[in-house]
Amino acid sequence: MIRVLAFAGARDAIGTAELDLALDGPTTARALLARLCAAHPRLAPYASSIRLAVNGTYAAWDDPVADGDEVAIIPPVAGG
Amino acid sequence: MPRVDPPRVDLVDSTVAIDPVVSAVSRPGAGGVALFVGVVRDEADGRAVTLLEYEAYRPMALAEMHRIVDEIQRTDPEVRVAVTHRVGALRVGDVAVVCAASAPHRGEAFAACRRLIDEIKARVPIWKREHGPEGAYWVGWRDARCEPGGHGHEPGHEHGHGHGHEAGDDEPKERP
Repeated sequence: MIRVLAFAGARDAIGTAELDLALDGPTTARALLARLCAAHPRLAPYASSIRLAVNGTYAAWDDPVADGDEVAIIPPVAGG
Repeated sequence: MPRVDPPRVDLVDSTVAIDPVVSAVSRPGAGGVALFVGVVRDEADGRAVTLLEYEAYRPMALAEMHRIVDEIQRTDPEVRVAVTHRVGALRVGDVAVVCAASAPHRGEAFAACRRLIDEIKARVPIWKREHGPEGAYWVGWRDARCEPGGHGHEPGHEHGHGHGHEAGDDEPKERP
């Protein structure tokens, strides 16, 4: 099981701030985003602007995601 | 009582005090302190702005700000930097972020302060929802179908190209 956190526009698109997701086995950040977009079609149009963070650090698309991880959907940031 | 040093990195949900950020970088060998104060502006790309709602992925935002501070100080060991960012509902004129950098001389201090705010804007997981007469939307959140080449938008009315919607920005904007 992984915990997925969604912020800002991504939260609005999927309709919740947090969800738990069961993994069949180890996966990658890229595959996880594809799965999230398939499950939440309102997120899909924004996929090219989204980054994922795994356990509080930006993930490269080939980085592994495994059981117990906290994955955050990071829309384009706008601090400052 | 021992003096408690002000934090080098902070995320607060009420008024940002500037002095503690300056104090966090002040030391006897620093002859220059550069300061950047980001303030909520009353317009973005020609739209009136009445309110900005900031939110953060708090643990990662703090960690990312610490990483930025460490990177800058590793590049120039004579520099010290500190930042306090605010989240929550901010109105026009409210301070959203304060960045300070100290160095023996002003050149390094200005450069480090500039790098600090630029990295914060590019990397720290903080978002803002802009409220105005035209409604509310998340700054920078854009649908790939609205990219240039998709359906047409008037210049200056794209929803979010990363830059151009910042509160308290330091860059003059080109106007149509």
